[in-house]
Amino acid sequence: MRGFTFSDFLTMLWAVQWTATLVLIALALGGPLGLAMAMMRSSRNVVLNVIALVILQIVQGVPLLGMLMFFYFGMPVFLGIQVPALVSVSVAFTIFTAAFLGEIWRGGIQAVHVNQSEAAACLGLTRWQGFRHVIAPQAFKIALPSTVNFLVQLIKNTSLASIVGLVELARAGQLASAATFAPLTAYACVAAIYFAICFPLTQWSRSLEKKLHVVR
Amino acid sequence: MSFVDIRNVRKSFGDTEVLKGVTINVEKGEIVTIIGRSGSGKSTLLRCINGLEAINDGEIRINGELVHDKATDLRHLREKVGIVFQQFNLFPHMTVERNITLAPTLTKRVQKGEAARKLALDVLSRVGLEQKIDAYPEQLSGGQQQRVAIARCLAMGPELMLFDEVTSALDPELVGEVLKVMEDLARQGMTMILVTHEMNFARNVASKIVFMHAGKVHEQGAPAELFANPATSELKNFISSTK
Repeated sequence: MRGFTFSDFLTMLWAVQWTATLVLIALALGGPLGLAMAMMRSSRNVVLNVIALVILQIVQGVPLLGMLMFFYFGMPVFLGIQVPALVSVSVAFTIFTAAFLGEIWRGGIQAVHVNQSEAAACLGLTRWQGFRHVIAPQAFKIALPSTVNFLVQLIKNTSLASIVGLVELARAGQLASAATFAPLTAYACVAAIYFAICFPLTQWSRSLEKKLHVVR
Repeated sequence: MSFVDIRNVRKSFGDTEVLKGVTINVEKGEIVTIIGRSGSGKSTLLRCINGLEAINDGEIRINGELVHDKATDLRHLREKVGIVFQQFNLFPHMTVERNITLAPTLTKRVQKGEAARKLALDVLSRVGLEQKIDAYPEQLSGGQQQRVAIARCLAMGPELMLFDEVTSALDPELVGEVLKVMEDLARQGMTMILVTHEMNFARNVASKIVFMHAGKVHEQGAPAELFANPATSELKNFISSTK
């Protein structure tokens, strides 16, 4: 048996790269999909609207943990394909991110008064031009604090990936705890690292909220 | 055919019929003022004229072109038919210059940069606000915002302008500056259709008054005549209630 040393802490810091990778994948793939969801949900097309709503309801109603399990353990059973942990986790986080960011952004889009899109239409702009130049910039401002807030949730939620064996921050903590029999120290370090990442973000979100409130 | 030809227009919202067969003709250069109590269908009619609202029956032609027709390019039409709203509806995240030049540059009528700025200065001078070109809407008073909205409309080079109660949201002391801009436009020969509660403006500037009541044109005619000898008791009551 060995004690908890600084090198255990460094190993955890090293594992942050996988936490970061998951977050970046989720944002890079889930972000554009989220925008598509938001536009489908605020579109006048009933079919698009219903499709987006069904996806949203499923994702909102199923715990993220369940989705992770489904894509990792379920896919081999149902489809007979074994997917690598990183892929299955990425798929789950992408869907999760797309649904929730989509809903946040839809709220932002719909919070922009309908007068604004009418004014754009009356000036001869196409619907896309109106969205791009008039609605989206205002919706972005409105939705930015909630978006940052979601980002914080996402970062913490990547810890769930540990259950399928991906060695990100939380899993690294588990391993250190098991190797050193110092769970308190190990998990305190994990918590401290998450906090160090998330705290600046929540502060940023708060300052954005204040700033945007003044502008509006 | 008249420049604006509104014939037997009917419009319902659900079960409520708001316009019950409205017919109005507007000639080029005419200033037509629509008056009437709230709920008489004035604003709805105005919104129908530029295609913001669909109609259930009848037809509206502008310069011969049917507004409510699938073949009509509404965007193209709206470049000729400007509308100014009660709530200004300026874009709050853009400067006055960008508010004015956004549509002309997107529709490629004007190049970005110097030409666009020149256009903005030109239309702002017509509403007396050149010095506010770099301001944001929130930095302007209500009257100034409405004048910018009129300038934004003018930048499209419209042949017809619609004004939907443009002074109703303004503090009383700011109404005058907006009305003055509209008087100037009228004098320059702009064809205008406006919904207003400003009876003095209607009396002095309009070439024709249309009194709407319960979704129909109740009376219409030259202002002097109509105000002096209202034919129906509804108009009589309306005139005395606005004094």
